[in-house]
Amino acid sequence: MSGRRLAGFVGRRLAALLGLLLVLSFAIFSLMYLAPGSPEQVLLGTRPASPELLASLRHQFHLDVPFLERYWLWLSDAVRFDLGSSARSGRAVTSMIGDRIGVTAFLAGYAFVVAVGAGVPLGVLAAVRRRTGVDRGVVGLTVVGVSAPAFVTGVVLLYLFAVTLGWFPSYGPGSGVADRFWHLTLPALALALTALALVTKITRTAMVGVLEQDYVGFALARGVPLRRVLVRHALRNALVPIMTAAGAVVTILLTGTILVESTFSLPGLGGLLVDAVNDKDVPLLQGVVLLLAIVIVLVNLAIDILYTRVDPRIAYGRSAA
Amino acid sequence: MSAPATVAAAPAAATAPGRRRRPPLPVLLAIAVLAVAAICALLGTAIAPHGADAQDLAAGVRGPGGSHLLGTDDSGRDILSRVIAGARMAVVGPALIVLGAALIGTVLGLVAGYVGGWRDTLIMRVADAVYALPSLVVVIVLVGVVGGGYAAAVAILILFIGPFDARLVRGVTLEQRGLPYVDAARTLGLSRRRIMFRHVWPNVLPVVVANSFLNFAYALVALSALSFLGIGVDPGEADWGRMLSDNLSLIEDNPMAPLAPGIALVLLAVAMNLVGDWLYEQLSDRGRAR
Repeated sequence: MSGRRLAGFVGRRLAALLGLLLVLSFAIFSLMYLAPGSPEQVLLGTRPASPELLASLRHQFHLDVPFLERYWLWLSDAVRFDLGSSARSGRAVTSMIGDRIGVTAFLAGYAFVVAVGAGVPLGVLAAVRRRTGVDRGVVGLTVVGVSAPAFVTGVVLLYLFAVTLGWFPSYGPGSGVADRFWHLTLPALALALTALALVTKITRTAMVGVLEQDYVGFALARGVPLRRVLVRHALRNALVPIMTAAGAVVTILLTGTILVESTFSLPGLGGLLVDAVNDKDVPLLQGVVLLLAIVIVLVNLAIDILYTRVDPRIAYGRSAA
Repeated sequence: MSAPATVAAAPAAATAPGRRRRPPLPVLLAIAVLAVAAICALLGTAIAPHGADAQDLAAGVRGPGGSHLLGTDDSGRDILSRVIAGARMAVVGPALIVLGAALIGTVLGLVAGYVGGWRDTLIMRVADAVYALPSLVVVIVLVGVVGGGYAAAVAILILFIGPFDARLVRGVTLEQRGLPYVDAARTLGLSRRRIMFRHVWPNVLPVVVANSFLNFAYALVALSALSFLGIGVDPGEADWGRMLSDNLSLIEDNPMAPLAPGIALVLLAVAMNLVGDWLYEQLSDRGRAR
């Protein structure tokens, strides 16, 4: 696999994803016009309509130019990190997002580590101990995990570990690294459970398939230690479906932060999104959703590239999609 | 929460062909849970010990005990009665979504699988695009900004879940297309539409039914998440998600106030997933025995 082919592959995927992002950005831009009321009314929000404010809004959101040109101006502003200002508070949307992004990134990262770090070993364990009590226990846990939404898991954890046992705080993000870990452990666990169940389920299914292959039996017969067979022979071949699930995991986590932040009263992006919806604050909403779209697209690109590193058989651009 | 639970790999327990196995214990329990949920949804307030909206402001929030098995909320309303009353919302909304998704998914899947060509490509491309979007975010944004409330949430979720049925039906249709009965029907000169919707359709139905149980769990969780966030359901309505968020602040005074609706929600979702997985297993066993 030459560097040029890799570059060509990444270029093609990047082009496809940029196209997708362009479509999504147009949909997000259109939200302003889907909302009931004229754009001026939407942008004013609950503020009193003074001629000066109206004029400045018309100017800031380019309301005097034709629709498509307006989209183009909005997009070029967005690329320069200018997403307009909130219809509620008048603050710049990018700085509002900046204030909140830390908690959400920490929470989602923490949950991702938990979901993958525990899900892959659990799935491998269930596959190796197939049709035993261990396997049935793990499978049962995955059914509960897939069925339980993050806000229910959150309330149960809150009740057990914060209210009853008092081990963890029940709200707030904490300050400083150690304090933040302590504050965000319960939210991260609540957030991770659904993703953890998905990773475990997919790892188990993939490993069950791989462990039935002849080369695994031969490797064991040759006297290769089980641990080495599992990691080097079996897991590497099971990794492609697991990585496909990782894309879904990121989507689950980003959606889940909306629910978990609300359960644990955390000042993150999910809470900002819900506030924006309840206040009908369209510019703020557009900013948060655009950011989510970019993150999801970038994660998918990263996974596409990782595929080719894990499994060189994947012909660039043919079966990687 | 981006996709309905995928089908678990069926533990390939070799069974004698033609012999019906009794469902395992967890599945029997799940069926019992579904029966209870159905009874609560049908009879609702008639079997509840108290009125779901009967307030007793003087009494206020109380823990479990006395005539209130699960205690009361801050307006003195009986938690157990409200959970029972909430079963109606929990069953009707997801049932509508599942039926709508099965209808759209079956038609699109049959066309994609049987007719093929550009229709197949188009349908599958659209399905891929829908998979990539986080459904909950889309519903929150559209229902929150454009409006439409509960009905809009149900409609959007149908459009999100339908493609999962479509992909499944397409796969089964591709298998069925090669079977002799389809050739026979074609030789008889039956129209494409008639073959698809009269002859192939009954063979696709069992998989759609099994999948609908999994879809139900997904739809229930999605709708409850929306009402938890206060979108699509009016405040004070007896809906499990809404109850959970309304009562979150009462967790120290009466833990059952937020916990009971959450547990009811998870029980129903787990039961649906268990029955769905089990039905799938039966179908794949049947396929192997043939």
